[in-house]
Amino acid sequence: MKKPKIIILSGYGLNCEEETKFAFESAGGLADIVHINDLIAKPQMLSQYQILAFPGGFSYGDDTGSGKAFANKFKNHLSKELEEFLSRDTLVIGICNGFQIITNLGILPGALTYNKNGRYMDRWVDLKVTGSPRHGGVSSPWLAGIKKISLPIAHGEGRYVISEKEYRKMKKGGQIAFTYTKGEIAKFQNLEHNPNGSDHDIAGVLAYNGRVLGMMPHPERAMFSHQSPLWQINKEGLPLHGGVKKEGAGLQIFKNAVKYFK
Amino acid sequence: MISRIYVMPARSATHNVAGGLKNGAKQIDSYLIDSEFSKKELETLARALTNPILEESFIDESPKIEKFNFAIEISLLPGVTDNVAHTVKEIATDLFKLKADKPLNFYTSKIFLVSGKAEEVKEIANAMYNPLIEKATIVEVKNRKINFLNKVPEVILNKRTPVVTVPLSAPDDELIKIGGEGIMDESGTRRGPLALDLASMKAIKAYFETLKRDPTDIELESLAQTWSEHCKHTIFANSIDAEGLQVKDGLYKTYIKGATNLIRKQKGKDDFCVSVFSDNAGGIVFDENYLVTHKVETHNSPSALDPFGGAVTGIGGVNRDAIGFGLGAKPVVNTYGFCFGYPEDERKFFRDKNLTQPMLSGKRIMDGVIKGINVGGNCSGIPTLSGFIKYDDRFRGKPLVFAGTVGLIPKKVQNKFSHEKGAKNGDYVVMVGGKVGLDGIHGATFSSVKIDSTSPATAVQIGDPITQKKLSDAIVKEARDMGLYNSITDNGAGGLSSSVAEMARECGGVKVFLEKVPLKYPGLTPWEIWISESQERMTLSVPKDKWPAFQKLMESRGVESTVIGEFTDSGKVIIEWHGKKIMDMEMEFLHNGLPKHHLTTTKVEQKNPEPEMPKGMSRTKVLENLLGEKNIGGFSFISQQYDHEVQASSVLKPLSGAGRINTDAQVFRPVLSSNKAVVLSSSTYPSYGDISTYHMAACALDTAVRNIVAAGGALKHLAILDNFCWCSSNDPKRLYQLVESVKACYDYAVGYGTPFISGKDSMFNDFKGYDEKGNPVAISIPPTLLISAISVMPDLYKTVSPEFKNGGDVIYLLGETKDELGGGEYFKMLGGVGNNVPKVNLEKNLKVYLALEKCIEKELVASSLSVTSGGLGIALAKACVGGNVGCGVNLKDLAGSASTIDAKLFSESQGRILVSVSPKNTKEFEKVLVGISYTKLGKVEKGGKITIVNGKNKIVETNVKKLNTIYHKFSNSQ
Repeated sequence: MKKPKIIILSGYGLNCEEETKFAFESAGGLADIVHINDLIAKPQMLSQYQILAFPGGFSYGDDTGSGKAFANKFKNHLSKELEEFLSRDTLVIGICNGFQIITNLGILPGALTYNKNGRYMDRWVDLKVTGSPRHGGVSSPWLAGIKKISLPIAHGEGRYVISEKEYRKMKKGGQIAFTYTKGEIAKFQNLEHNPNGSDHDIAGVLAYNGRVLGMMPHPERAMFSHQSPLWQINKEGLPLHGGVKKEGAGLQIFKNAVKYFK
Repeated sequence: MISRIYVMPARSATHNVAGGLKNGAKQIDSYLIDSEFSKKELETLARALTNPILEESFIDESPKIEKFNFAIEISLLPGVTDNVAHTVKEIATDLFKLKADKPLNFYTSKIFLVSGKAEEVKEIANAMYNPLIEKATIVEVKNRKINFLNKVPEVILNKRTPVVTVPLSAPDDELIKIGGEGIMDESGTRRGPLALDLASMKAIKAYFETLKRDPTDIELESLAQTWSEHCKHTIFANSIDAEGLQVKDGLYKTYIKGATNLIRKQKGKDDFCVSVFSDNAGGIVFDENYLVTHKVETHNSPSALDPFGGAVTGIGGVNRDAIGFGLGAKPVVNTYGFCFGYPEDERKFFRDKNLTQPMLSGKRIMDGVIKGINVGGNCSGIPTLSGFIKYDDRFRGKPLVFAGTVGLIPKKVQNKFSHEKGAKNGDYVVMVGGKVGLDGIHGATFSSVKIDSTSPATAVQIGDPITQKKLSDAIVKEARDMGLYNSITDNGAGGLSSSVAEMARECGGVKVFLEKVPLKYPGLTPWEIWISESQERMTLSVPKDKWPAFQKLMESRGVESTVIGEFTDSGKVIIEWHGKKIMDMEMEFLHNGLPKHHLTTTKVEQKNPEPEMPKGMSRTKVLENLLGEKNIGGFSFISQQYDHEVQASSVLKPLSGAGRINTDAQVFRPVLSSNKAVVLSSSTYPSYGDISTYHMAACALDTAVRNIVAAGGALKHLAILDNFCWCSSNDPKRLYQLVESVKACYDYAVGYGTPFISGKDSMFNDFKGYDEKGNPVAISIPPTLLISAISVMPDLYKTVSPEFKNGGDVIYLLGETKDELGGGEYFKMLGGVGNNVPKVNLEKNLKVYLALEKCIEKELVASSLSVTSGGLGIALAKACVGGNVGCGVNLKDLAGSASTIDAKLFSESQGRILVSVSPKNTKEFEKVLVGISYTKLGKVEKGGKITIVNGKNKIVETNVKKLNTIYHKFSNSQ
């Protein structure tokens, strides 16, 4: 089976493209980092890819509102190509700033704004997966086999805002991918379950039958076991060194995406 | 016509705004547009600036204001970097498919809606802006509308003669004035300090007499930059006497570089240094394929005046030191260190006698600096991993703001060693990045003198992290590996005058056409362009045949690049301005003409009264109070607002364990495909200098090394960096203290075999001003030495975190405890300094460190915490809080010579590490420790009860829940 090809955007202050590429390739994909201006110069190249990733970062320094300026640029030059891409059986992921960008693009419902406490925050959160058939939704390829997962967040504008009407619609359609919950790490470090005041504890959302995923937490920062705050405790009592599990929970999301095309 | 777009949170959106505004205040973004757009275009633009779910926009009409009766507009003063406006310009250019160089003028501001009486609102406004860079305008809400005048902060420069000559045939007091206050402008005002003393002015005069002409202003300004303390480090370079001993080659060459040279020789084939002292950062081996670089800078003076801008610029500047290492290293970690006055200190100080130039409060400086590092680091995608914060009243006049960057670079680029570079005769001089404005004029000379009323406001710059991120990516991720340039350096202090003239040494000369430099606004004179410190710029030497490819790449990445001259081998720096030669100076004089001084020292002996000790046996309350001191408690509010996980490299984070204690060393994985890791730490003990600067330096070095070893770093692959921040360095007593500390650096660096690879000094951290009543006030910082350490560990999975882990684990203290409370945090809390400063026993400590390294290598250690400020008592408290566990400990047989309970608990004796070991490993652990001084203290208690006894006497009885609350109290209140 051929490895699926992933295009990861870069430029104008996006900054998680390298580790996102590493995660996709560790999961068995073939990933290219492409500067948005190179894509604008050759928009037809999008048709060679199966997965489109908007990585985390600080595009345009969040000036005028996070994700806005990058989304404007994308819309301004690549609307047609995006529509074509989504019409195929493809996957899209937006992580953190990428999530902010794709909500501004209008391919996901809702919006992201300043954290409740007004401050940028880097910590770990626990997530409950709700976007699954069990909850009346579609089966998202991104979330196959995941019920709960702990990942880090790092953002100043991660508070998800959605109107009640839209929320009911999303819930019915199984479009809520993750909600913040008081799980293993929030209990361990005694932290609030919802780090930013998101409506209905929403941390990630789905669209296009689960093929498009936007999420504030960073799965690529949880691809190794040593990245978890629990690692130092977990490795205690394990047989010396060789017994340390090296893969982190976040990698599953990338593996799921790659598996979808195999 | 000037238009204005308001973007206001939608009525339906219940969210608050950035910065957590109090009192329910609301924020409106305002965009002033001073360019021709049709109504339809303005509507399109407004839509692009608005998220319809969250916001509403209004064009040339006031939004409907409900509930509030005043509006405060905070706008930037003319010429201050407006990053948001820059983004709006890019949005508009892209939206309307305009040419990138079409001039568009946008100005942004923030409007805050508030309620209150006019006087109260004025107070609120005053607390919101910094008059050096911003302006506040208050309007009353009338008929539910606000009416601000559409006045743009345009820079309008009077027409001035571009180049003037400066007659030096003047008497000495005029030369002193020129050197001290600057060249006289046409308008009759002086341009700001050149920081050239009379001897330097006379040397310049003599040089130009041989040329039979007077210097032009640009020549004199250029010399001032190149010869500044900031650039030349004259105090470390000049000969100095030290207790009758002549240090002929100066402190730097003799002791700092001297130590490194000796260590490298001793290490022989195990020498891991690759590029030391010669480049923008120091570089060491990481593995067979990569080098890691490190550099730590300070940005103290600018941070005192504009804390936010100063700190952003500080971190941006040191990022460029990584980008400017060799052919360009990728920044992989940022570090920071803050020395502040106490935030609760409400004394007011002024720079001038008439009390019109207030200094910012301690709290404003702290908040601004913290936010500056936040924006600078977070926006750049570089993890801000490692940092510390210290408080002392003496940092109230000038704070210390340290900013460091670790870089990663392949050993070879295009089959050539990446750390070697050189401009070649005939290469283009290319300026890349931002444009040039008046910002940062006289930055280098300003930071070389004290702060007072003549300190120039233009010395403040504000960084634009995104412009720099684009530049950084285009260089280190693309142009470097395509081999498009021969050399690169940072435009930092001194701007082009430094970077171009420095790079010209690589080939022997340069010719610059200064009118080609792109400007932020018209009207700058040549000398201003030449020395401006406008940010986000690098200078490169690009071979002519590579220029088209280079230019194309930069253009496609949204990065501005301009050819501004050509490197030559003429032996001269020549500058032309529209065809006229305005600078023509020999490189030899420019770089080596600075007259040498001989420095003298006067011995100081410090004797302090001993503080009164508490009575009785219980120290529970004392320990709890000490843990709550700002220099000891946690600062998670800082650590968690800095992204320390971007690049997916974190191994040992700034916060560790269930109780999220701040770690003393941090570990990260710069190459995701390798199991090797980099370990970082730093240490400074300014208060020890009140007793002895020799021991202050020794302890800082010992602690930085120990922190690394405690986390699992390798002593044999450990390098260090020095940052000397001194005060009144023309005072022979201060110079004596400097010599003492530099000697300690040599002794202990050589002793541990840890070479210095880079360093920086900032020698005049003094404030001279007035208090509220107009009485003169002078505040100097305590002499401060920061030692930063960087090490490589072979297997990141062996990293050990500091907090206790499991009930039943056995607690050990490695090393000896002595009566060394002098200068420590405990005495400080008791209101004294004392005299028994900790002294480092090199031989014993070295044995402890090597033994611990072996234990960690064998994976015998469950936790490992370096004992530092506050001593063993605080170390136990932190290890318990971190692990959310208790402990039962007996201090009776503590190794060493501590003679009192207080010394056992709080002495800051060096060389000690608090370790916990699983019972199944204790036997093997103790086997490795044969011949080492250590104490088996007790056990980790699962229940959270903390008991410390001394024989049969109970001296501390508390619990982890209580200590957790105390440890995080200050942080949680921020």
